[in-house]
Amino acid sequence: MISMTPRKHISLQRTLVTPVVSIMMTLCVGAAIFAILGYDPLAALYQFFIAPLSRPDQVADLFVKACPLIITATGLVFCYRANVWNIGAEGQIVMGAVCAGGVALFVPGLPDILLMPTMILAAMVGGMAWALIPGILKARFNTNEILVSLMLTYVAALFIDWLVRGPWRDPQSFGFPLTKSYDEAALIQRVDLPGIGTLGQLHWGVVAALVLALVAYFVMSRTLFGFQVKVMGDAPRAGAFSGFCAARTTIGVLCISGACAGVAGMVEVSANMGQLQPEVSFGYGFTAIIVAFLARLNPLGVIAAGLVIALAELGGDSAQMALGMPKVVTGVFKGILLFMLLAGETFNRFQLRISWPALSRAPAARGR
Amino acid sequence: MDALVLTVILTSVPLILAATGELIAEKSGVLNLGVEGMMLMGAVAAFAVTSLSGNPYFGMIAAACAGGITAGVFAIFALGLATNQVATGLALTIFGAGLSGLIGAPYVGGTIDGLTVIVVPFLSDLPVLGGLFFKLDLLAYLSILMLGLVGFFLNNTRAGLILRAVGNNHDSAHALGYSVLRVRCVAVIFGGVMAGLAGAYLPLVLTPHWSEGMTAGRGWIALALVVFASWMPSRILIGALLFGGITIMQLVGQARGWEMPSQFLSMLPYLATIAVLVLISRNRNFALMRAPAHLGRIFIGTK
Repeated sequence: MISMTPRKHISLQRTLVTPVVSIMMTLCVGAAIFAILGYDPLAALYQFFIAPLSRPDQVADLFVKACPLIITATGLVFCYRANVWNIGAEGQIVMGAVCAGGVALFVPGLPDILLMPTMILAAMVGGMAWALIPGILKARFNTNEILVSLMLTYVAALFIDWLVRGPWRDPQSFGFPLTKSYDEAALIQRVDLPGIGTLGQLHWGVVAALVLALVAYFVMSRTLFGFQVKVMGDAPRAGAFSGFCAARTTIGVLCISGACAGVAGMVEVSANMGQLQPEVSFGYGFTAIIVAFLARLNPLGVIAAGLVIALAELGGDSAQMALGMPKVVTGVFKGILLFMLLAGETFNRFQLRISWPALSRAPAARGR
Repeated sequence: MDALVLTVILTSVPLILAATGELIAEKSGVLNLGVEGMMLMGAVAAFAVTSLSGNPYFGMIAAACAGGITAGVFAIFALGLATNQVATGLALTIFGAGLSGLIGAPYVGGTIDGLTVIVVPFLSDLPVLGGLFFKLDLLAYLSILMLGLVGFFLNNTRAGLILRAVGNNHDSAHALGYSVLRVRCVAVIFGGVMAGLAGAYLPLVLTPHWSEGMTAGRGWIALALVVFASWMPSRILIGALLFGGITIMQLVGQARGWEMPSQFLSMLPYLATIAVLVLISRNRNFALMRAPAHLGRIFIGTK
């Protein structure tokens, strides 16, 4: 029998060490699974975590890969802090990309300087609208937001599929499901520093993502709204007594996370693709959930966590090329990592004592 | 027409199996969101073992074991280490989707001979019903049987009462001397076994091949079904047939040449799930009356 007693004081040291230990545990378990399935575990781990960082410009690419994860996870942190389980960020990313794409492709005569802000606004509205559906249903009818937001992810995927194969398809795309390419003004430029030049694929969206995480940290730790989110998540009854409205908090955090996810979708398309295609997000919405947890629901931590997970994503590509592993293998790592992080949280908050059942259960018979 | 109804029934079988298992887990107070992951593990185990052994029944057993083991992982974390059930369930789905893809990689593109139809003597000669309900495969019969057994178990047995007590108030059940964690562990693993069988139904009966993520959200729909059924076994059957019917509507639509794009027809099951959840949750008293009171709450075993 494992008995758990809550710790009275959780040291900062322990809080910082937990994610590191979780990552190391994940590597061990992952290596064991590779060995069982007949892959060389050391070669696999090398391809996953070392090979993607062997050249300097690859470090820049790591930031590029982390960009949609950081933006999306920053929004999700607010949701999860408030105990609102938005797991449909994937769909919100897609809808953000669709709305921004609608502006880029079909709003004629917009001055170049206004195009980008309008696209960002459209992306925020799109993602927010998609997140508001579970939000309003939850606030109004107490519908489970987990299931609704997830179902909407499938709907969004089918919707963009229809758009790029149907009405929005470029007639000159030779039958490929692609829209027209965006104009130059609708694209996000690479970071081009004087004297240094471009750094890999590094684009301005990455800079925006880092700024966003900083702003989110400020909002979460220094504003009344941030306090409200934390109170409603940790102690909803106490929050209600102090005058916070549960429904409004739910809607608020869903708006934030939907808007963030929408922007992530827009950035991804404008910086890397330049046109809409059936797949604009490769599971970033789900991966961002793990990023949020790895960051221990702290917006500043999201930056580091996003980079770590992005490394595993790039590692998935290199393992696929070098060892012929399927791309989904990254999912194994991500799943184990989330398990380990959650377990780490338990070890962090509780003192665990293991006593053997045969000795301790004897007096605890049924009619005690 | 008969063929259409039969397709509806076959489509609803995995939903019935998975929802029945999840019902037991939720009745014991555990919200396991990893149904999709457990189904995928079941599907890949069924396909791999069937293609290696040539016997779909071995595949079925392997799927049940795979589902049970995957659920065991969930139990270790969510019950043993008292982690957040929602997040642990998500981890299980992500993990199951990844691992099933890794295990299934060598089998992509292969085909297997699935479960064969078992004809029930005499009953299958009935005019309309015979062809629909008595010429099915073993898993389809099993799904109805398990649903009935679970209904009986919950309402008419002492063990069922204990299970419900643990789900409704784990502190009281603990005070009465019942081992909350042991009851929940058994319930979660039962849920995993059923989800594994549900996953097995896809390669063994519906489409005789393996592809990554082939469950396409059925695990999540099964979770919604439990809410839709307001935790009553009989309503799972109705709900599953309803969803089966909606899923099949897209095939009918395509066959009849409806003007609507296929993507919109494919959205129907997901949109219907949302609509149904709203309808059920709208009346708070109705929805909460039967929901296990301690669903998703963490129990920490103290001495």
